Amino acid sequence: MDPSAAKLIGAGLASIALVGAGIGIGTIFGNYLSGALRNPSAAPGQFANLLLGFALAEATGLFGLVVALIILFVF
Amino acid sequence: MPDPMHQFEIKRHLDLELFGIDVSFTNSALFMVLAIAAISVLTIWGMRGRALVPTRTQSVAEISYEFVAGMVRDNVGTAGLKYFPFVFTVFMFVLFLNMLGMIPYSFTVTSHIIVTFAMALAIFIGVTVIGFINHGIGFLKFFVPSGVPVLLLPLLVVIEVISYLTRPVSLSVRLFANMMAGHTMLKVFGAFVVGLGLIGGWAPLAFMVAFTGLEILVAFLQAYVFAILTCIYLNDAIHMHH
Repeated sequence: MDPSAAKLIGAGLASIALVGAGIGIGTIFGNYLSGALRNPSAAPGQFANLLLGFALAEATGLFGLVVALIILFVF
Repeated sequence: MPDPMHQFEIKRHLDLELFGIDVSFTNSALFMVLAIAAISVLTIWGMRGRALVPTRTQSVAEISYEFVAGMVRDNVGTAGLKYFPFVFTVFMFVLFLNMLGMIPYSFTVTSHIIVTFAMALAIFIGVTVIGFINHGIGFLKFFVPSGVPVLLLPLLVVIEVISYLTRPVSLSVRLFANMMAGHTMLKVFGAFVVGLGLIGGWAPLAFMVAFTGLEILVAFLQAYVFAILTCIYLNDAIHMHH
């Protein structure tokens, strides 16, 4: 196989990590919404934690994207 | 299709060399200067009236001050207000760099890992020094979780130390990857709009409008997360909750 083709396949595989980010962000916002609908008065107090959790979950997926970009543009 | 990575290219505006080190004035430096100037205008010029009923500019300056002060108070407590100027500077700097990057044809400084990593490393070293100043050698107890069986401790201490040492990496990569991924995606969809032309280009254009809105949200959110994680690290160094 042509090495550049292997590089592209590797980059594609590395971006599968974003699946996890999608699941994580969905879980966080879904659970926040279900919690907020049960107890709306407590919801605004947890908004900062929501954003923090969103950013933390998204970051782990983006690490995979960074790996993909390193494979594409560094090697 | 044009190269979506082209927008991140560093260009030299003014060639400078100091003691054999290349310190050229680049577009990256230019946008950092612009951000500092904009923040100074907002906070110094905006607050010049010191009116009881604030003007619009003054109230923006006051809101951002109160926002960061509240963030420090909630996450670190009153002991952390000593470090408020630093957190405020970090928050405003990252926020303005992110927002300046959203202007078409401008340059996003925070989409370069070296910039975010330098900031994260400075925060990491500073916070560690603050921890050792406050607790002396006892700060090392931070790496020993309480209420675990002694047998597990050697493993857990190693994990704690590794997780502590990855903080500057995760802090910088989060900001860098978010900004870079967003701007690359905007560029790719911009190429779709041009490529599909007058007939088919409307669909990606509509998506781009929505996505630009999301990117502005992300630009704010990442500055917020960067600042709030700085607060959380400071809280660990000052109070050592574990």
